[in-house]
Amino acid sequence: MKSIKKFDYYILLEKITPLIAVIFALLVGAIVIMLIGEDPVFVYKTLFSNAIGNRDGWGNVLFRATPLIFTGLTVAFAFRCGLFNIGGEGQMYIGTFLATWVGFTFTNLPAFILIPLCIFAAAAGGALWAAVPGILKAKTGVHEVIVTIMMNWIAASLTFFLVLKFRATPNEAMVAAGVKQMIPHTSEIAEAARLPRLYNIFKFLNIDFPSYNQVNVSFFIAIAAAVLAYYILWKTNLGYEIRAVGYSPLAAEYGGISVGKNIILAMMISGAFAGLVGTNEVMGFKYRWRQELFTGLGFNGIAVALLGKNHPLGVVLSAILFGILNYGGAIVNIYTEGRIPRELIMVLQAVIVIFVVISDEVVKRLIRQRRKVV
Amino acid sequence: MPEIALEMKNITKRFPLVVANDKVNFTVYKGEIHALVGENGAGKSTLMSILYGLYQADSGQIFINGKKANITNPKVAINLKIGMVHQHFMLVPPLTVAENIILGMEPKKNNIFIDMEKAVKRVEELSKSMGFKIDPKAKIENISVGVQQRVEIIKVLYRGAEILVMDEPTAVLTPQEVEELFDILKSLKKQGKTIIFITHKLNEVKDLSDRVTVMRRGKVVGVKNTKDTNQEEIASMMVGRKVIFDIVKKPLNLGRTAFKVEKLEAFNNKRFPAVRNISFKIKEGEILGFAGVEGNGQTELVEVITGLRPASSGKIFLYDSDITNYSPRNIREDKIAHIPEDRRQRGIISDYTVAENLILGSHYRLPYNKGLSLNFTEINHHAESLIKNYDIRPSDKDNLLKSLSGGNQQKVIVARELFGEPKLLIAAQPTRGLDVGSIEFVHNQILNERDKGKAILLISADLEEIFSLSDRIAVIYEGKIVDILDPQKTNEKEIGLLMTGSSLNRKLPKVK
Repeated sequence: MKSIKKFDYYILLEKITPLIAVIFALLVGAIVIMLIGEDPVFVYKTLFSNAIGNRDGWGNVLFRATPLIFTGLTVAFAFRCGLFNIGGEGQMYIGTFLATWVGFTFTNLPAFILIPLCIFAAAAGGALWAAVPGILKAKTGVHEVIVTIMMNWIAASLTFFLVLKFRATPNEAMVAAGVKQMIPHTSEIAEAARLPRLYNIFKFLNIDFPSYNQVNVSFFIAIAAAVLAYYILWKTNLGYEIRAVGYSPLAAEYGGISVGKNIILAMMISGAFAGLVGTNEVMGFKYRWRQELFTGLGFNGIAVALLGKNHPLGVVLSAILFGILNYGGAIVNIYTEGRIPRELIMVLQAVIVIFVVISDEVVKRLIRQRRKVV
Repeated sequence: MPEIALEMKNITKRFPLVVANDKVNFTVYKGEIHALVGENGAGKSTLMSILYGLYQADSGQIFINGKKANITNPKVAINLKIGMVHQHFMLVPPLTVAENIILGMEPKKNNIFIDMEKAVKRVEELSKSMGFKIDPKAKIENISVGVQQRVEIIKVLYRGAEILVMDEPTAVLTPQEVEELFDILKSLKKQGKTIIFITHKLNEVKDLSDRVTVMRRGKVVGVKNTKDTNQEEIASMMVGRKVIFDIVKKPLNLGRTAFKVEKLEAFNNKRFPAVRNISFKIKEGEILGFAGVEGNGQTELVEVITGLRPASSGKIFLYDSDITNYSPRNIREDKIAHIPEDRRQRGIISDYTVAENLILGSHYRLPYNKGLSLNFTEINHHAESLIKNYDIRPSDKDNLLKSLSGGNQQKVIVARELFGEPKLLIAAQPTRGLDVGSIEFVHNQILNERDKGKAILLISADLEEIFSLSDRIAVIYEGKIVDILDPQKTNEKEIGLLMTGSSLNRKLPKVK
């Protein structure tokens, strides 16, 4: 029994590699900060104290973490089925646009119908967009990476076309000010389609919270999505089949599991998570589709999932970490009057990802060597 | 006292979970064929890897020809004239025989160009010295496994090896090829080479070796002169208890026809016909064994029967119902159990736990899938009872399958497939790579099903297994059944010939 304990120790090590990677990345970041002649202690102190030292900071962090939870789940869920869905970006566009369209079209529906309908539209749009690469992979074997990349471009162009089609007319103030060019955007969604900001809830609970903070109910939807992803993957028959296909398609087929069906389903669920980004960006924040409002979130999901080891809990934690870095980075930029550019924080994020990959591999080799029973 | 070629003294090698070699002493005389036997995980491969420099021993010494050697990597081993023929060949398929042999030690013209003529000549010399011919310009991908193995042997000799380590060399060969290999090894011995022969087939030890070292759980349990011992003694030394060799089969008790295949045809992955006009029947309580060199359509046949590959024509019947081209799930529901030949790829999901693997195939059904979610109480209960009944070790249902030994992985498969009383059991290469104890277990399970009146389709490349289990033997060659024979009225030699298709003409006039 003694040996089994040792075994667990390595499993633990495997699980906490991202933590080690983050620590190493912060050290590398410190060196970079020193190289540009700043004080790393001050920078990190400013970064963390502003990001997580008060309620406003936390609100901002969670607001930035919310879409990353969705897109992180997108990558993680598909990965469990052995699929590399890098089409989160496109699925996010389509889902969000569809939700926006529902939101500004069915304006006379009451909130208790319109909000669920918009959420459903967001998920359905993402799911449908992801179904295409899923079906192509299942039926013809075309690699999902190729198709999802291509579908990202189609989605970007399609939503651009649609936003021009549904372009809001400039309001009087803008006309009066002589603004002719504006970033293309749609009309606002109905009041009844908007998700409440957390400020409203805190106010109700008599908790002091700034009214301008953008964190909204979509954060809870993201947490619910993570719980749902976990439940599907590890507690249901569907998850058993999806993971079986991911681990070993041949064994799954042998066990009477339809590989194609599960690939399509996994892609659709994965895409639905991406579509739900719209609940935060439109339903909870801007209330309209605005061109190039949130580009890149889909791709950041890849890094989030990687750091989170493709586990829903890990995704939530790593999305929050990325939220801290994003928001804290912006604050540091202001505090240092631009001497520490926001790009430095992006460097930090990239370094974390690289360290995760490296430490993962190192730990894997260590374990393989240790476990070797010849 | 004969001259000592190799001496390994007090070799200890620890891995965190296991002591792979525990103060092992291993001595090989010059010019002998020395068999190294033991179950899987007994430490044979570790010991040989240490000799070849792939691992370093934690303690102990190695002496080559009486001189202490410090073998830190395979290059040192090669310089010390130690050669190793791995079980899985290390050849480059698109290159020629000669190119493969000289790889890494190319003879040079003017120090720049490869001297191919010299290489070809040297290869011819070497093969001639062992009494066989080989075409140095043939491509590896176009020659048979048996010939590929000779290329490996020549490669080792080309590098000047005096001590040859052969790691389970017969596992991939037909009986004829095994005989030819033994002739080659004997001629090498005559040339004064020293050969270490790793195996767990005991008849080979008897046929070939001069001495035998038996290992168990990392320790040497005995060194014997082959002529002073017998298979039973070696087997009990290997396993640590008495092993019953002769399988005692109960008399045949045939019921009605359970399974029938009619004029079945199917293609392989390259879209060539792989199953060609195959027809056979299996009755209740009968084992039909398929003998054949691997790659003659056995894999495809099993895949067609189990729904993993479409039949292009022909019919498959389980009792009276036509199950041709049913889905794998439907076929499972009709109670056809399948122990697949490719255990690692097909049979198990190595990243799933024992409990999860034990429900594969019935995971979607009651009682394991209930309502919205899986019923873990039932799944765990199921796992615990099978682990107990089949003595799966370690006995924790939450272990990942990849942490289990091959024998225990196979037990998981057998337990899962036999659960729920199948009507037909398909066992493909059921004991491949297993140790003596596990083989005994699997054989007993198969015979037990037979005696319960189940129909059994056995496929094996191991003729001994085919003979000891089958009630009838079908020989398959190039996708066709060459003949179906009564094991009492034939012998390994005859089957071996049929397997290579070589005596087809002689067999043709015979009416069955």
